[in-house]
Amino acid sequence: MSHLLELHGVAKGFGQVAALASADLVLDAGTIHALVGENGAGKSTLVKVIGGVYSRDAGEFLLDGESVDFRSTADAKHHGIAVIYQEPTLFPDLTVAENIFVGRQPYTRFGTIDRASMRRSARELTAQLGVPIDPDREARGLSIADQQIVEIAKAISLNARVLIMDEPTAALSGVEVDRLMGVARQLRDEGKGVIFISHRFDEVFALCDTITVMRDGRYIATNPIADVTVDEIIRQMVGRSVENLFPKEEAEIGHVVLDVEHLSRAGVFEDVSFQVRSGEIVCLAGLVGAGRSEIARAVFGVDRYDSGTVKIDGTVVPRHRPAAAMALGMGFVPEDRRKQGLAMTAGVATNITLAIRNQVAKAGFITSKLEQAPAAEWARRLHVKTRALDTHAFMLSGGNQQKVVLAKWLATNPKLLIVDEPTRGIDVGTKAEVHRLISELAGTGVAVLMISSELPEVLGMADRVLTVREGRLTANIARVDASAERVMFAATHAPDSAVET
Amino acid sequence: MTRTQSWWEWIFRARELSLIVVIVALVVITTLTQPQYLFSEGGVRDLLRTPALYIALAVGEAIVIITRNIDLSIGSILGLSAYFCGNLFHQAPALPIPVVILLTVLFGGILGSVNGLLVAFLKVPALVITLGTLYAYRGIAVLWIGGNFIRPEWVPKEFTQLALSGLFGVPWLLIVAVVVVLLAAWFMTSRRTGRELYAIGSNPDAAVLYGLRTRRLTLLPFVISGTLAGVAGVIYVSIYATGDSKVGLGLELQAVAAAVVGGVAVVGGAGRIWGVALGAFFLATLTTALPVLSIPSLWQQAVVGVLIVGAITLDRVFFVVRQRQARKGLSA
Repeated sequence: MSHLLELHGVAKGFGQVAALASADLVLDAGTIHALVGENGAGKSTLVKVIGGVYSRDAGEFLLDGESVDFRSTADAKHHGIAVIYQEPTLFPDLTVAENIFVGRQPYTRFGTIDRASMRRSARELTAQLGVPIDPDREARGLSIADQQIVEIAKAISLNARVLIMDEPTAALSGVEVDRLMGVARQLRDEGKGVIFISHRFDEVFALCDTITVMRDGRYIATNPIADVTVDEIIRQMVGRSVENLFPKEEAEIGHVVLDVEHLSRAGVFEDVSFQVRSGEIVCLAGLVGAGRSEIARAVFGVDRYDSGTVKIDGTVVPRHRPAAAMALGMGFVPEDRRKQGLAMTAGVATNITLAIRNQVAKAGFITSKLEQAPAAEWARRLHVKTRALDTHAFMLSGGNQQKVVLAKWLATNPKLLIVDEPTRGIDVGTKAEVHRLISELAGTGVAVLMISSELPEVLGMADRVLTVREGRLTANIARVDASAERVMFAATHAPDSAVET
Repeated sequence: MTRTQSWWEWIFRARELSLIVVIVALVVITTLTQPQYLFSEGGVRDLLRTPALYIALAVGEAIVIITRNIDLSIGSILGLSAYFCGNLFHQAPALPIPVVILLTVLFGGILGSVNGLLVAFLKVPALVITLGTLYAYRGIAVLWIGGNFIRPEWVPKEFTQLALSGLFGVPWLLIVAVVVVLLAAWFMTSRRTGRELYAIGSNPDAAVLYGLRTRRLTLLPFVISGTLAGVAGVIYVSIYATGDSKVGLGLELQAVAAAVVGGVAVVGGAGRIWGVALGAFFLATLTTALPVLSIPSLWQQAVVGVLIVGAITLDRVFFVVRQRQARKGLSA
């Protein structure tokens, strides 16, 4: 008896980065299979391989015991695989009914789309899922929960045998989660195979039959859910050593630099309060989508917040004014350096001097000559590897690009530096260098607020770890008490009581 | 089950209605000021046939815009097709008229598919590609035609008669335009491929994940708009029976304007063909009415400009209102 879906040793790389090294997954019909792992463990990549978005570089992929090789998402769909991606994939201008049936709308005998029959089927499908949705309304403006219902209706109408849900519950409320889980069970009982990706262990344990853990693009273990505990799963998810990373140097921790009080933004984060002292590195840890970056962006003033205050050295920072934040000594190294951190088609020197252009300018004019001296100085101090200072930023490697972004902010002599995922997509060697730089910076008395999805990095660098779960701080863990298990647990569980920081 | 319809939906639906009202008002006012606008020999005929050219261009352009692209080359394609048509009459007088028409339309389609292939396969933005072909096709026209022009004596009388006569008083050219509109509207609303064109313009990333054949869907609208520009070229020759290398200069922007005024979202995904047809009819009527009202040509362009900005601003306002409504519905 062959399995419904079987993957062995699947690998997928992007350039030099291996998103998947060796992934295994065995799914049986009539079961719900949990797929868990840290951020960046390769779950979503694996899903995209199964869904035909990416083609694998190596490994076996069997469907009903037969080897398959999907060349497109249409191909995967044709084989009965439906994926509900993290990001909604509806067409906002089309109606709900059309979204379900796009590309295979029923025709009347005149070769015209049979709207009445399409509408009827759509209404039946959504009602069958327990959530009647007006089939004639536009998909634009549907709640995330309803969008997922539409996606599931699409999958059912395709007669999918394998349904993959990539973090479907991340944005849902309690009632909606229950409803979705009911739908998943219903599909299982009809003999379909469901792959359920979630960071919420309570849901995973309530819903799933089997659980597979991934880490660093590799298969770790598969167990019947009854045979494992949350603690064991967490250990499998994080189990790796921290030794090879640069530990933070001891630095004298001084006065409070950043003081955030009761910061809230409806639906994004709520009542966030914390402090960062000079010489201290504070890490915001949590899952993707927990609201870490949003908090950081609000502190710097890129995003709005509804209430609360942000102070630097006791001075209130005006909300939603990054220029004011910079003037008060804040720097912000964003998550996506290519899109948000660098002027990609400008030279290295221009990028480095971008935040200090007023100091560089003479009589209101900036020439490339004026940029040279400060740029050369910072490029040297950060060991930026570039052929010339006028080399375009997009020509540099990821690590060197990040150094340029760091140099830009260091040149402003900041009191507080916010770094969001500073080593994402950077090779191991440069990673250590970036760690050293941030650590040295703290040593000179700068307060650092760091966001990282990599636990070893968090544990190696942070003086204190603040965990964020669904927009709230759930724990404040000092360096000596911080362990991978503890941070992971706080990031995935509701706190027992309010957190004092 | 009754569908809930809010006021903004109604206004959206009324885009076509208000266009009809404005067109009628424009014709009435112009006729009251200068009666010969309508009541001269061929007045009604001119009113009804001039829009045909605009409609053919605008419908093609609208289909491209709906897929979140743009085609700036159709004015140049029209120019080349027109000369192709006239020259064919001159070089091969033995060819039956329907064959000449067919070859010209095909010629336009080929020029359009060059755009489509470049956009779909090189993944260069359509704005850049078609800006390039706008100049390239015009350049070819200048090289080919030079100081020459389509001479009226080349064009057979039976062909120009098409522009003058009609069926039961309805000019043939208007009938052509109506057929184009009906076919395009049917295709876009009632065929799977048409709906997929809306889908790809509505959310291109989702279209890829969903498994729509995005290359084909990107290519197709350019072929359609080139073909319709070829049709417009035929219409041009039948009306004017002449033309140099500058035929159709700047008409691509009029087509974009007609589409936008007719309710096509510049960001793709939305817009109805018959709204576009009315938009084109309106712009064509405006270009004939304003000179009759002795409004200087400089102001005519300003009027068109104000209309485009107004239409886009209106769309944006409605979009924001719709989103707000949708959010309200969500929390309710």
